[in-house]
Amino acid sequence: MTTVNRAAAHRPAEAGGFVPPILSVPAIVGLALLVVPLGALVVRVDWTTLWTDITSPEAVSALTLSLVTGLIATAVCVVLGVPMALAIARSGPRASAVLRAIVTVPLVLPPMVGGVALLFLFGRTGPVGAALDAWWGIRIPFTTAAVVLAQVFVALPFLVLALEGAIRTSGLEYERTAATLGARRWTILWRVTLPLAAPGLVAGVILCFARAIGEFGATALFAGNAPGVTQTMPLAIYTAFNGSGVGRGPAVALALLLLVTAIAVLLLVRAWRPGAQR
Amino acid sequence: MTSPATTEADAATGGTLDAHVVVQRRDGFRLDVAVVASAGEVVAVMGPSGAGKSTLVSAIAGLARLDSGFVRIDGREVASARRHAPAAQRGAVLLGQDARLFPHLTARDNVAFGLRARGVARSNAAREADAWLERVGLGGWGGRRPSELSGGQQQRVALARALATHPRLLLLDEPLTALDAETAGDIRGLLHEQLAAVRATALVVTHDAVDAAALARRLLVVEDGRVVQEGPVQRVLAAPATRFAAAVSGLNRIVGVARDGSWRSTDGALELRAADEHSRVGASVDGVALAALVRPSSVHLEADRGTETVPGEWTAHVVRLEPTPAGVRVHTGDPGVAVDIPADTVAALGLETGARVRLRVDPADVRFVRVTA
Repeated sequence: MTTVNRAAAHRPAEAGGFVPPILSVPAIVGLALLVVPLGALVVRVDWTTLWTDITSPEAVSALTLSLVTGLIATAVCVVLGVPMALAIARSGPRASAVLRAIVTVPLVLPPMVGGVALLFLFGRTGPVGAALDAWWGIRIPFTTAAVVLAQVFVALPFLVLALEGAIRTSGLEYERTAATLGARRWTILWRVTLPLAAPGLVAGVILCFARAIGEFGATALFAGNAPGVTQTMPLAIYTAFNGSGVGRGPAVALALLLLVTAIAVLLLVRAWRPGAQR
Repeated sequence: MTSPATTEADAATGGTLDAHVVVQRRDGFRLDVAVVASAGEVVAVMGPSGAGKSTLVSAIAGLARLDSGFVRIDGREVASARRHAPAAQRGAVLLGQDARLFPHLTARDNVAFGLRARGVARSNAAREADAWLERVGLGGWGGRRPSELSGGQQQRVALARALATHPRLLLLDEPLTALDAETAGDIRGLLHEQLAAVRATALVVTHDAVDAAALARRLLVVEDGRVVQEGPVQRVLAAPATRFAAAVSGLNRIVGVARDGSWRSTDGALELRAADEHSRVGASVDGVALAALVRPSSVHLEADRGTETVPGEWTAHVVRLEPTPAGVRVHTGDPGVAVDIPADTVAALGLETGARVRLRVDPADVRFVRVTA
């Protein structure tokens, strides 16, 4: 076991592989394209008013709404997505390919289109919307429930695809072993299948949550932009830059807050490694 | 290797197996094998690759369905063409070539897994797991993860995990194949010791006649989905009915007598000792006919320097040299023993027919079996 580490200490000349050195130029340009705009955002932050901007009532209301709806949407995605991932991973090759393609559609679809589609389904004239309204008087569009629904629609594929890949990779052999040791289906699921797929599940949940709190297009069309009810952080930021609602200073502060949250989440994921895999 | 927690397991004895497995594969291959094992009996199954050995154990374990026939464990029918009891409810544990330890669990939690699945409380399961790790020579290793263990250690943990569930039937599918020769020898010894200690009923699939002879009393030779020969291991190996059986029994089998716990040639000039318990038990009665089994590759050959020989050593003359894919097989006379050596050794020693050579075998490489009838 230790010999592996010792061998790694002798760094061979080809440790960097055989990539043509010139390729480092576009690589650095690409990296700059990702990092520099975020730097520009940080530069624009007015540090003297940062605290009051973040704690202004509009900002707090948008932040709270985003976190609450994001968490609920993530929970819904876990409840629905884990069984979906299990079903896809354990279907035959053809069925799983079809199911995976279906799940991928919302991922490649512009979120606006998703918002329109949700509106047509749950709107007052839509098939489901009309029934809900007629039988129970429930109207979903332009409510907080619509925010959650829009977030689930765009975020669910992230969780399903990440987890499904992990389950398929870990294979059936460990489950078979567990079965011959006397474990029943639920025991195998809780103690073998899900723990083995834990890295995929964690990655899926993080991506899902990040996608949910960043959701804009589908929310704008399906849920609207009512402060305190459907105005999440991305909508508040957009509104602020359009010159109404929260001011531009708070908008920059909120954007910074979203950025810091994202980085914190990423660092958390890297720090927590399930099992001994690396 | 004794601890208070294991005495209960020692008192238990494995169940009985009565199976007639018929599996029809889509590619036309048909497995049709009947196998019976009484309580505490170890039965070896040998056969060339593709003979259906793994399908047989999968079907008995509950991982593959039967097309016809039945599997009865302790007289209870767990599988037939219509019935398919889940693997979890059969009491048969499968130990394969790959240890398949759960990578996210420590060695202790791996061993405790089957107990926990049966509802044993966490602390009790952990204590019992530690006792089992002790038994397989890994006391104090309970906190390690599988990735921190060597292949041999992983297989030890896998054996402990299998035995900890007190299986009615243990299915061993080539458990030593993935290990290097030295480790395989250690694990073979451990298997033999533990199978005997828990009086397990076991089916051992192997391609190695040494495993069959060391672990089992009875041997089934399966070829092309059917049983072609069946009987006590030594009888099958002594009188192979098919080409495959002859190939697998490519062991040196030297008949002599038991004396003082070791093997003596009939003229008394040559003495061999064996390291494992099973062999020593076989040699425990003075005067009984005893066969020493040695693999041709396990015999060490060197030039005869004319010095005194110690037990396990003898001098012989070369009868014939025969090239093999791996080197050269040297046939020596009186007793007739075949030795496999690399071709360059032949050149270095200047071997030729009639040359005197000194042969030596380590006790770890020798197995004794009683000669019956």
